[in-house]
This record gives sequence, C-alpha cells and structure tokens, in this order.
Amino acid sequence: MKASVIVFPGSNCDRDVAVSLEAAMGKKPAMVWHGEADVPACDLIVLPGGFSYGDYLRSGAMAAHSPIMRDVAAKARKGTPVLGICNGFHLLTETGLLPGVLMRNASLKFICKDVLLKVERNDTDFAHRYAQGQVIRIPVAHHDGNYFADEDILDRLEGEGRVAFRYCDALGDPNRDANPNGSRRNIAGIYNETGTVLGLMPHPERLADPALGGTDGKPMFTSLNEALH
Amino acid sequence: MKARIKITLKNGVLDPQGKAIANALGALGFDGVGEVRQGKYIEIELDDNDRTSAEKTVARMCEQLLANMVIENYSYELEDA
Repeated sequence: MKASVIVFPGSNCDRDVAVSLEAAMGKKPAMVWHGEADVPACDLIVLPGGFSYGDYLRSGAMAAHSPIMRDVAAKARKGTPVLGICNGFHLLTETGLLPGVLMRNASLKFICKDVLLKVERNDTDFAHRYAQGQVIRIPVAHHDGNYFADEDILDRLEGEGRVAFRYCDALGDPNRDANPNGSRRNIAGIYNETGTVLGLMPHPERLADPALGGTDGKPMFTSLNEALH
Repeated sequence: MKARIKITLKNGVLDPQGKAIANALGALGFDGVGEVRQGKYIEIELDDNDRTSAEKTVARMCEQLLANMVIENYSYELEDA
C-alpha cells in the first residue's frame, strides 16, 4: 500500500499516524503539504488530527479550502480511500465528503481520555481486522467532537449501515453514560456511501503500539494495508 | 461598502455555550434570563459599491466559508462606506 498523509499548519498527529502506517506497510507514507496542488498517486489518503489553521472560524473550515483539498475531494469522489481522524473528520464534513458536523462537546470541556467503541461494521477496508461488534479502547482528544446531523440524515446513515463506530460501555451498549461528547446516537465515526471514506473522532494511531499502552488502534492500519495492496 | 454579518445557530440545534452563558448570568444574579443563543459577528470591507453585486458576494462568502449551513444561518447588512 502507498499512503499519503496531508499536513496542514497546525496538524499535530501527522507524525504519529505516519508511524502507525509505516508499522503496517513496512515503508514510510508520503507527507504532503497542504499548499501542494496534487496528492501523489496512492492507495490511501490520511487527514490527520490536530488544529489546522488554529481552528479559526470553525474546526476544519479553513483547511477545507486549502489547495490540496480540491485534489483530495476529487480523488475521494473517484474512489481513493480517505481516512480522516479527529480534525481530519472535521475536514471531511466541511468539504461535504461526509454529512453532518462536529459541534462543541456538550460538556464544553476539552476531553482527552480513552473511550470504548463498538465496531459497527467489519466488512470494510478500514475494519476487517476487527470482529463485528468488537469493543475496542481508543483515545479521544477533542473540544469539538459532538456529532450532529438532522434526524433524516441520521436515519439514512443507520439505514445504509454507514455508522462505523459508536461510543459504548464495556458490554458494547451505546448508552448515554458511555457518550463522552453528546454525539447524536453515540456516533464516533461514519462512512460515505461507498464505504471508502471514513471519518472518526477517536485516534487509533495513539494506541497502535504496546509502548503506548495498547494496540486496539493497530488493526485499522493492518486492515488498510491488507485491503489496499 | 461594509458588510456586517451575523452567523447564528439554526433553531433546534442545541447550543451548550449559550446554555453555559445563561447559567453564568444566573449565577451573577441576573434574574429573568431565558434562553441564550451564541453566534458570530463578522465585519468585511468590500471594494464593491454596487449593492446588488455586494449582496451576491456576501451570500456566497457566507455559504462557502463563513457559515456551516448544516447548523448555522446567516444574515447581513450592507453599509455604504
């Protein structure tokens, strides 16, 4: 697999995700500056976490209009898989590649902790190394992670099986207590119509090596590498 | 020409910041505070002096960047420089 990580001014998880990708792929991903016009030919584009453009105006709003995003959107629409983590998820909603929006956390607090997620689907390039319904532990670190969309869109996401991950308890129950940020229907991540674009608030790259205290994030990168050869 | 733009949350979209402000006002002893909604205010100076074309420009600015139309509405006033 060949991967490209897009780097914006204010990205701060670009190197972490590059390490996780390299561990899975056996080679380094291309690091592509946001001012470039084109993403090099690759099998996966990653929009990393961070605070692109200082979150000015809205999280992801500025970066969504940076030169590279035109090509990211064009390639995504042609089927190139795109993984957006945290601020990368903001960017995917701001560019319209995914529906809805990430609002300020209901508690108004920045939340930085491990959460439990239920794997809603394992029949995708991103998640086939997980078991269906598996509960995994992945960290979140965000101020704006409160997923919002109107009821029609939420129903469509559910109906089309596009919820990727849900905040849940240890038994996999997506209840209110397990919801860290007020997200509608405990949604932590969603797919586009074709299952080729994934946006999620939790950071799989932050628990993808035993040295980090856990490896529940690792199967996502292994899945991608195996699926996108 | 100067545009004075207000970005507000749509009805039905929960506004936790507005709620926190209402609580803080109550804590300060301001009675009778109902719902509080927080938004953004943006001023933009435009070279354009034609009202009709400036209106179109500002609307496009709001829809493409300044507001997230999923959750926000915008309104604006134009003022002759």
